[in-house]
Amino acid sequence: MSVEARASQSAGPPIRRARLHAGAALWRRPWLKGAGLLLPPLVIFGVVYLGALAILLVSSFWTVDSFTGKLVHTWTLDNFRIIFSLSDPTYLRIAGRTIGIAAAVTLTDAVLAFPLAYFMARVAPPRVRSVLFVLILLPLWSSYLVRIYAWQTILSGGGVLDWSLRKAGLPTANIAYTNWAMWLVFSYVWLPFMVLPVYASLERIPHSYIEASRDLGARGFRTLRSVILPLALPGIVAGSIFTFSLTLGDFITPLLVGGPGSSFIGNVVYENIGINANVPFAAALATIPVAVMAVYLVIARRLGAFEAL
Amino acid sequence: MRRVRKIHLAVAALLCALIVPAVAVSGGNGSGLPTSIGKGEGSLNLIEWSAYSDPSFAKKFEQQTGCIIHRKDAGSSNEMVALMRTGGGGGGGQYDLVSASGDASLRLIYGGDVQPVNVRLIPAWKDFLPAFKSPAHNTVKGVHYGVSVQWGPNTLIYNTAKVKPAPTGWASIYSGKYKGKLTVPNNPIQIADAALYLMQTKPSLGIKDPYELTQDQLNATVSLLKQQKPLLKRYWNYATDEITSFKNGDVWMGAGWPYQTLQLQGAKAKVKEIVPLPTTGWADTWMLAKKAPHPNCAYMWMKYVTTAPVEAKQALVFGETPVNPKACPFMNKLEAGSCAKYHLNEPAAYYSKIKFWKTPVAQCGWKSGNDCMDYNAWQRAWTQITG
Repeated sequence: MSVEARASQSAGPPIRRARLHAGAALWRRPWLKGAGLLLPPLVIFGVVYLGALAILLVSSFWTVDSFTGKLVHTWTLDNFRIIFSLSDPTYLRIAGRTIGIAAAVTLTDAVLAFPLAYFMARVAPPRVRSVLFVLILLPLWSSYLVRIYAWQTILSGGGVLDWSLRKAGLPTANIAYTNWAMWLVFSYVWLPFMVLPVYASLERIPHSYIEASRDLGARGFRTLRSVILPLALPGIVAGSIFTFSLTLGDFITPLLVGGPGSSFIGNVVYENIGINANVPFAAALATIPVAVMAVYLVIARRLGAFEAL
Repeated sequence: MRRVRKIHLAVAALLCALIVPAVAVSGGNGSGLPTSIGKGEGSLNLIEWSAYSDPSFAKKFEQQTGCIIHRKDAGSSNEMVALMRTGGGGGGGQYDLVSASGDASLRLIYGGDVQPVNVRLIPAWKDFLPAFKSPAHNTVKGVHYGVSVQWGPNTLIYNTAKVKPAPTGWASIYSGKYKGKLTVPNNPIQIADAALYLMQTKPSLGIKDPYELTQDQLNATVSLLKQQKPLLKRYWNYATDEITSFKNGDVWMGAGWPYQTLQLQGAKAKVKEIVPLPTTGWADTWMLAKKAPHPNCAYMWMKYVTTAPVEAKQALVFGETPVNPKACPFMNKLEAGSCAKYHLNEPAAYYSKIKFWKTPVAQCGWKSGNDCMDYNAWQRAWTQITG
């Protein structure tokens, strides 16, 4: 006797019977269950995310009538020609600055996060570890904007930084409204996003590996270089995806702590949306971070970052 | 069956709600402009500069008309344009009025985001200073797209303790004497300030109007601004940014508005401002969104804010000058001498020395042809300078 037949005999009310039917169908075809679970996120991903990306890409080949502000739906490479123009490298300079600072911030965060994460994962007793966790996550409880404004105050002329340097008899840093200020603030705000994946990957290294390394005569540094770092690398790369992409897309920090000549791609995108609603040009600019991130993610995958996430 | 009837009713009610106010303000004088202001819709949605519907005068309006104000403060002209263009443009069927400055108003007019306004429904309009009745930034071919409300000059603000002797003209923000202690607004319209300066110092460029520049004139202006960039501490984005920078001593001198000076002096900072003539200035217009959902309340608001007592109050709240000279005695009543302080009593010649912001367009006003640089070109040039 088939499953359905038995179900229809035993079940009384029709609703219950239908439910059993459905359950049985799902049991016999496991892929149905998977599809049911995945369908809503897939629809959202496909329509909202990929759809938006597709529109972005398509509109970057259009232009705007500067007089009326209306879209002109003719295909042209003009936007890209302006961006990649070598005779006027304004946009290349801005893209270079954005990518350069994103890379510098990523490197800084990796260097700062590794020892901290190592201490938390392998040295600190459980209570110290939880205190450190709270301290690292604490800044995330307050608004990102508040923290940037706080930095604006710290770095400014009469701020804490220059005041302490002067008290210590050192020359003042005087880095308010410069690219150095941006680098510092970015490194600060994205640090937790680097610490957490690095911590996770370090914690996963079995202690026996380190013992084995020692048994084979390796000293501390050799163990770090040959055993711990290679195993922690996927975690560092995973963290770098966050720090790199978050910096790449930001426009508020350059606005608030940047100086003359601190515009990011995001700032130019923002300005172009506001002005004459030049969405096509903004879209063309926005393809740069998309392309950079695509390349970055391919490299990160090669380095095994997705296993560490 | 009953359900269907309910839906019909709802649709009919909705249609009525949409049509009735439209009928009320659209009169039959041929031009499609309303001839009278109908009954208020109970609500008014504004895109405004902060404090442009300050409760100190807006409360009374709400009580009188029953139009409850919902505000959306914008931080910059670009933000205003962007807000007006969300939801398909024309205010998106959400916003009624926008307090656009001259660098945004023509963009909104040519973009089809605002609609013509019958100035005869605004009684105070005939009292306005001549410069603000039909200014080029809100009136195109004799059609008014809103009513002027307030204006102010762009001023040179300086720290009295650090800048000695006091500056006398705009030359001081292009010279290296206070290198690293200067600030100017982060706004493409700032190009006009440099163009106006070049108009005085380099007549050979033939600049006739700082907002109507040919390619060569724009290039010359851009190179002046590129020389200025290393002298600056920062480009300020919001008025509060400039105030903070003056307060903590990062900046000693810069271009700004009377608003910043008043805020700084209110906080006991040692600053003063001068208005070196000629200068650029801004004038704001309440413009009616094309898809304004509450046009009657919008007209009532334009009527209300341009009356002399309200003009006086708003001028002193924000630190700007009314367009209605009848506000003068009311200003003096609120603060002795304030009418003269804000230059409301100046002769007509004074206004000709202030070049009010207007959106640059390709059509030159002073020569035939379309070879003037439009706002897109200005924006690109500004990115080139600052980026």
